[in-house]
Amino acid sequence: MAEKYVGKRIKRTEDPRLIKGLAHYVDDIRLPDTLHVAFVRSMYAHARITSIDTSEAASMPGIVAIYTGKDIAEKIGPVPCAAALPDLKVPDYRVLATDKLLFVGHPIAAVVGTDKYAVRDAVDHVAVEVEELPAVVHVIDGVPTTPVIHEHFGDNIAYKLTSGEGDIEAALKTADRIVTQKMIHQRLAPIAMEPRGVLARYFPGEEELTVWSSTQIPHLLRTQLALMIGIPENKLRVITPEVGGGFGSKLNVYAEEALLGWISMQLGKPVKWIESRRENVAATIHGRAQAGTVEVGVKNDGTITGLRYNVIADLGAYHQLLTPAIPTLTGLMLSGAYKIPAIQMNVTGVFTNKMSTDAYRGAGRPEATYVVERVMDVVARELNLDPVEVRRKNFPAASEFPFHTATGLDYDSGDYDAALDKALDLSSYQKLREEQAKARAAGRIMGIGLSSYVEICALGPSQAMPAGGWESATVRIEPTGKVTILTGASPHGQGQETSFAQIAADELGVDLNDITVIHGDTGVVQYGIGTFGSRATAVGGTAVLIAIQKLKEKASKIAAHMMQCDAARLSFEAGCYSKQNAAAAAATGTSEPVVPVGEGPAGALNEVPVPSNGRDKLTIQEIALAAHVAKEIPPDTEPGLSATYFFEPKNFTFPFGTHVCVVEIDKDTGETKIVKYVAVDDCGKVINPLLVDGQVHGGIVQSIGQALYEEVIYDDQGQLVTGELMDYALPKASQIPWLETDRTETPSPVNPLGVKGVGEAGTIGATPAIVNAVVDALAPYGVTHIDMPVRPEKVWQLINAN
Amino acid sequence: MKQAININVNGVDQRAEVEPRVLLVHYLRDVLGLTGTHVGCETSICGACTVLLDGQAVKSCTVFAVQADGANITTIEGLAANGNLHPVQEGFWECHGLQCGYCTPGMIMTSTQIVDRNPNPSREEIRHGLEGNLCRCTGYQHIVEAVEYAAKKASA
Repeated sequence: MAEKYVGKRIKRTEDPRLIKGLAHYVDDIRLPDTLHVAFVRSMYAHARITSIDTSEAASMPGIVAIYTGKDIAEKIGPVPCAAALPDLKVPDYRVLATDKLLFVGHPIAAVVGTDKYAVRDAVDHVAVEVEELPAVVHVIDGVPTTPVIHEHFGDNIAYKLTSGEGDIEAALKTADRIVTQKMIHQRLAPIAMEPRGVLARYFPGEEELTVWSSTQIPHLLRTQLALMIGIPENKLRVITPEVGGGFGSKLNVYAEEALLGWISMQLGKPVKWIESRRENVAATIHGRAQAGTVEVGVKNDGTITGLRYNVIADLGAYHQLLTPAIPTLTGLMLSGAYKIPAIQMNVTGVFTNKMSTDAYRGAGRPEATYVVERVMDVVARELNLDPVEVRRKNFPAASEFPFHTATGLDYDSGDYDAALDKALDLSSYQKLREEQAKARAAGRIMGIGLSSYVEICALGPSQAMPAGGWESATVRIEPTGKVTILTGASPHGQGQETSFAQIAADELGVDLNDITVIHGDTGVVQYGIGTFGSRATAVGGTAVLIAIQKLKEKASKIAAHMMQCDAARLSFEAGCYSKQNAAAAAATGTSEPVVPVGEGPAGALNEVPVPSNGRDKLTIQEIALAAHVAKEIPPDTEPGLSATYFFEPKNFTFPFGTHVCVVEIDKDTGETKIVKYVAVDDCGKVINPLLVDGQVHGGIVQSIGQALYEEVIYDDQGQLVTGELMDYALPKASQIPWLETDRTETPSPVNPLGVKGVGEAGTIGATPAIVNAVVDALAPYGVTHIDMPVRPEKVWQLINAN
Repeated sequence: MKQAININVNGVDQRAEVEPRVLLVHYLRDVLGLTGTHVGCETSICGACTVLLDGQAVKSCTVFAVQADGANITTIEGLAANGNLHPVQEGFWECHGLQCGYCTPGMIMTSTQIVDRNPNPSREEIRHGLEGNLCRCTGYQHIVEAVEYAAKKASA
């Protein structure tokens, strides 16, 4: 019996190169004669360019070329937006600004030179004269009518959209009371630890361009770059080397990627650009940035009758790949973990003089979860009920799945009570409440917060996606018996080199170390979609599984041929095909007798081990060799042993769970400290618990960042004032409590692995638990809501208000 | 005007001429080709560029190469001895202390100093020691466990 890998805490096969410092991120790839690129970027939120003088910069040592918007305006197509919404206004987003500057960080000119210090020096000597314009910055309290950012549109509204099912007016009328709450989801910066980077090399003889980019979507990027630059797609190769985190920020097509490719084609040399952290905060997509008011109708017993969310989404100056679509995901998830008969979202997408918002880990769903989970606490408070009971009251029962929501989704499977019970049990919820009463009596400020979340993962069926929602895999067994997996997913820290190998090792009965998982190279891997939306394992892993099943169908035919029996008489175990004996075959109803084959093997090469006709066992490695040597395969069978499968999921998956957070607040400083955190997540079947724990931990800590520390701040003039990690506060190790994690396991019926996805669970589920705990702590001070981030000064002011 | 420097890097004496403004991290990466040391923020906040300079963990993005003249530098590439992983490297692997791996070399270098200074650190002491290194993937918990693993292993 071969060792089984799925379900075990297997340490990662990708780690040795990473812990030795021998991995290759984009900036670690060295090509001879590489030129370096640096960008001149806007220091203004909104301005009209009156002149650009590059002459002084161009004369500096080592400078090879300088390109401005005018030079390339018509030569490179616009930065693409793949989101399609009714009446969506899509601005023409040129890779370099042509006449107006619309946000701090907007690229103006590309400076190319022989040394990376020289190009940064020269950037400071490009003289850009502008006429400054007033900026559109704050949209929380309404949409500014002047100035108009894109003048030809007439106003700053990119789109308006209403979504949801059921008669919301009627539903709210049946309620005993209406509860409303205004909430802000502050603008965040994803901050992958590796900033973006691009290396492009044009081969003039072959007329081929290779682009190395730190991206989550190599194939989609290749398609879009081919269209932007005008190079045939089959002459463009995108390689994703090691990628140092993405969190959605690299699920995009950026101006710099097209520019670098184009510049390499102009100069016939490799060109490299590595984003500085300041550029990263200013000109890599942001996330969240919604402000809205939620209204729920509620019966006196806590039953929710309807929910309406009116929201303004701050989109930034331009649309990146998915910018306008992100709030639509919020609309989809407004039912949360609850039965709500009528739901409506009215969203207004607004242009502002800021960097575009787009998919940041969770992408629209953290906002929905925050709205629903915060308002459940507001309802509990108004009705004087325990937050646990309000949640339980509105859960669908496990027997009600698949469960249709008034947002138009069908939740695949779930047992919300089970996850809630487990979280309450693990956190000793009742004891915590007793402890809280004592703490309050002693003058301490302690709060307990809950969040029972549902997320939408495994994105997704192609019908619901902008550009394909399937994923691909090719599995081959090489002549020497080693297994190669090519996946269209593009892991960048999630560990699928390991988890996909686990799936394959079990299915093929081979050793984990005999499997290599290759990804992120369009010259090697069949077309794929990429890694985002907690999809890689649920969609890409399923593609691997089914490709293996296809491969084994072929292998069993060859095995049957070689053993001169019917394939149905073969059993497969521990990587070995065996003839079943007659009794076993009869017991399993398989057919007899052996089907005679036309000709036996003859004249095999000496070094090729050809089994005798009398043999009744063959390993899959022996069959792989035979399939390549091709002397002993059935006449109607292609040589070689590989299979490709493109898996199209029929639905999304819906992971869920309950998190419990306990905070203590320092009365003197207003500082919030998380003293206990319990997370019970259900992501369906688990391939590797170690990796799942890692995903959950990381997600929760990004939630802690949003809840307590992080915010991208533009001042009234639209100047970015959190442009470095000195100002943009990421959570540190010392600020994070011990996270107690556990799971329930409700398999997904959507894919044969039963997995749901876990990459975003923490960022979706945790934020409201933390803020609910803070509001609960401050309840004695009359506080009913507090907006994120919950900074000490904000809390101190609330404590000291009276 | 270039300046001559002599630096011992991972046990090997290296001579070079560099501009005085060249950062130590760029000298290591671009002159010596030791690309395991990463640049994450350029403001000494994130710690991805951490190396040991005469045994002290420093952020090589805010040290000039000329300041390291005459010093002994250890980078991530020099940590494994004779092909055997350092206990901290082993801990990161065993405890899943890394995901994307970008902060990892700096995290590991800082962690070696934590364990060197305190063979039996508490979780709080480990977290305090890691304050100058940011990780966006792991949420730090597995890193804390990795350091605990290394401390146990080193003192065993």
